[in-house]
Amino acid sequence: MTDGDMHEVSLTVNGVQYDETVESRWSLADFLRHKLRLTGTHLGCEHGVCGACTVLLNGRSVRGCLTLAVQANEKSVETVEGLAPTETELNVLQQAFWENHGLQCGFCTPGILMTLTEFLRDNPDPSETEVREALSGNICRCTGYQGIVAAAMDAAEKLRNSGQ
Amino acid sequence: MKPAPFQYHRVSSLPEATTLMASLDNVRILAGGQSLMPMMNMRYVMVDHLIDLNDATDLAGIRVDGHSITIGAMTRQRDILESFDVAQRAPVIVEALRQVGHIQTRNRGTIGGSLSHLDPAAELPGLMTLHDAMVTFSKEGDQRTVAMDEFAMGYMTPCTEPDEILTEISFNSWPVGHGFDFREFAQRHGDFAIVGVGTLLTLNSDNRIDRIAAVLIGIDYKPVRIKEIEEALTGQIASEELFREAGESVRKLNMMEDALIPESYRKQLASVLLRRSLISASKRATRG
Ligand code: FES
Ligand code: FES
Repeated sequence: MTDGDMHEVSLTVNGVQYDETVESRWSLADFLRHKLRLTGTHLGCEHGVCGACTVLLNGRSVRGCLTLAVQANEKSVETVEGLAPTETELNVLQQAFWENHGLQCGFCTPGILMTLTEFLRDNPDPSETEVREALSGNICRCTGYQGIVAAAMDAAEKLRNSGQ
Repeated sequence: MKPAPFQYHRVSSLPEATTLMASLDNVRILAGGQSLMPMMNMRYVMVDHLIDLNDATDLAGIRVDGHSITIGAMTRQRDILESFDVAQRAPVIVEALRQVGHIQTRNRGTIGGSLSHLDPAAELPGLMTLHDAMVTFSKEGDQRTVAMDEFAMGYMTPCTEPDEILTEISFNSWPVGHGFDFREFAQRHGDFAIVGVGTLLTLNSDNRIDRIAAVLIGIDYKPVRIKEIEEALTGQIASEELFREAGESVRKLNMMEDALIPESYRKQLASVLLRRSLISASKRATRG
């Protein structure tokens, strides 16, 4: 096997169009981090267990370490970098994490924010149990999850009230 | 933790995939990638060619024809979980799929991928065994269908030939009003089950069991239908005592043992889960 099985990909990331060449064995997460320099997406385990690499692919949350970059061809990708409305503001979910101590070291946070972004779109009025079930694919070694769950419930309520 | 180099082939239909399969060596099919990609990242699996079926739209979707339900191999676990037809006709599948992995893995993971990976603790092979499903394979110029009973050849080894692709799986739904239950014990939500149990039953008007099916996962290399216990229960009046006895009798089976879980623990779980599952299924069944 020679290395360098290269493929052209054309995709959008957070609404920005990219036309790039990728090697077939690159994960989507590595492509985002190393090629596009979008280092908000983290890699913890690289085998689908921790959820740190979660991004949205055509609106659905996926493990960035188990999806190949070449598979994102002609798709839209959303990452944590696309959440904040401006350089100096947080979106509602991020603000709720800030206010509810939803993070400590922050390593798991990008994946959790992306998981919850999809989850709250699909389920705007969740119970606490549903939030915990939704978070089962994201491991946090710091917070003990209480603050994360509180932030998700707080964000859900604020999003409902603002009609977003 | 990066895959070894391989050549990537994107196909947009089954015929394109089977033609490629016939012409390449050391090739693997990429379905949802939720089991294969970790193994490639860890280099347990090194392939020369990867054929990606994710754009083969002819392999995805759920068809209903009378009592028969056919699910395309590339149908995602999430789409099965959210299918109205499946919820109506085979609600046990919905109950079980909620415990399969996590949102992110269900968004990608496919039924064909779960069957082909054939983890001993996987729910979907168990559910298909519970429903006496038939699996269809295609290769260039040929097609065959195999009963779920004969699907597993050994540990994580389905009977798929090297040039074949698993294309769809079909089964007959149980009558409206049947009782169902799926439950498992895992260390955390979405983790591999140590033992899982699925049950289906119908009751007649005097509370007798007309028909029953029960499957255990995680106790052997493949899902186990407990036919003897099914037969013993058929025609009996449903009661907690009856189901307690059924739970006790499952301890007679040989079960797997591994570095973490002794056989005795699996037997205890199987016994308790089977009893609870049968009680729950009988409560949900409509009598008559
Ligand atoms: S890095 Fe992808 S799940 Fe851990
Ligand atoms: S905040 Fe540190 S891992 Fe979650």
